[in-house]
Amino acid sequence: MRRRNFLAAAGASLLAGCSRIGDTQWFGKLVEGADNWHRGLHRALGFGRITMAPEFTRADLSPDFRGNGSLTVDSDAYRAAEAAGFADWRLEVTGLVDAPLSLSMDDIRALPQRTQITRHDCVEGWSAIGEWTGPQLSHLLHAAGVQPEANYVVFRCADLYNGRPYYESCDMDDALHPQTIVAHQLNGEPLPVKNGAPLRMRIERQLGYKHAKYLTGIELVASLDHIAGGKGGYWEDAAGYQWYAGI
Amino acid sequence: MSRPRKRHALSTRLWHWVNALAVILLFMSGLNISNAHPRLYWGQAGFARAEAWLELPRFPGWATIPNYYSLSGARDWHVLFSLVLGFSLLAFMVAALINRHMQRDIFARAREWSPGNIWRDIVEHLRFNFDHGGGKYNILQKIAYSGVILVLLPLMILTGIVMSPGGEAALPFLTDLFGGRQSARSIHFLAAWGLCLFFFVHVALVLVSAPIRQLRDMITGGRDDAAA
Repeated sequence: MRRRNFLAAAGASLLAGCSRIGDTQWFGKLVEGADNWHRGLHRALGFGRITMAPEFTRADLSPDFRGNGSLTVDSDAYRAAEAAGFADWRLEVTGLVDAPLSLSMDDIRALPQRTQITRHDCVEGWSAIGEWTGPQLSHLLHAAGVQPEANYVVFRCADLYNGRPYYESCDMDDALHPQTIVAHQLNGEPLPVKNGAPLRMRIERQLGYKHAKYLTGIELVASLDHIAGGKGGYWEDAAGYQWYAGI
Repeated sequence: MSRPRKRHALSTRLWHWVNALAVILLFMSGLNISNAHPRLYWGQAGFARAEAWLELPRFPGWATIPNYYSLSGARDWHVLFSLVLGFSLLAFMVAALINRHMQRDIFARAREWSPGNIWRDIVEHLRFNFDHGGGKYNILQKIAYSGVILVLLPLMILTGIVMSPGGEAALPFLTDLFGGRQSARSIHFLAAWGLCLFFFVHVALVLVSAPIRQLRDMITGGRDDAAA
């Protein structure tokens, strides 16, 4: 039937056209704009209050909190650190700060702690609920003294994924958010290796790939342009995932 | 009095085509997103096969945007056209309330809901007689159009907000309304297929009822000669 042939041809050209449009630079710009619109809407819909991710009770905890992405760090240094119970792990706070910090695990545990039971949403679509404990990132940032030129916080990780160092970043709004913590415990126990031992970020208003694991450094920067691929994170650089992962 | 009334207002026609484009692109990029984790759950959380209420098939490349598996590429289309869908629907609703298209043509009167009237309408449809009844649309059309405009499209938008961690934080009551994030995800998937079903029935009925005139009227506006 000619009509069917026409429809099939129209469908095929739509598909081919979309795949080609998806690769163009102007489409990328358009999506970046839409990404920012979503972020603006998410903030505006709070009408001035700080929007909070829902928190749950211990009855809601997932029986096993799935590990995804890197499930360990493939290096002798990490294996040695793991064998030593991560006693000598250090977290550096650097970049546009008045006083760079180098914190031990004891330093981190000595800070005021926040415990929150939240739902972790992977970009793939699944969710798991876990109880996370650690100091608020805002505490660390205040202690280091953030300089006014700082616009982003970059999270440096010990793991390589497909041979490249994993990293992530967020804006100051998410960095200073009360639910953004440097977690060292999951469900009341030290972080399991598959979930990012000994330290990982929790940035609860964004998807899972933002929650950097095996955390070694926190760096304040004015721009993300000159860090790795320049898109603000491993998945953003490697596969074009959206930098604002609140969608 | 100078110009004859159009069968379809400009706002209706603009929205119809913008929405058609957005729904097609969102549906097909949505099938690509579904391929990333093809299982559905009820409640807040879930990732194991044992927790799923439905295991989905892998949707083939000819049905997805892009036409190969790319979660980030599909999300780009979704991120962009979710805004187009949401804001164009809002604009259409405001326009249709102001020009009274909604009250006059979309909302069904109480008497139209009588089983006798609905039954008569089904019989007329089966006889391929689509020009009957007093108003612009018959009761089956009103059910279908209001189902899409007032139920399915708003459901897609609201469940989409629940699935966005940033949107959920802004409007947390929505998550409870749908019974959790994974429930919202399941409803999003089901409502998408509801829209798909509407799309094919809608196109099929246009094709069997003066397709050239119907298409032309939805582009140019046509002449309002049916209604009083």
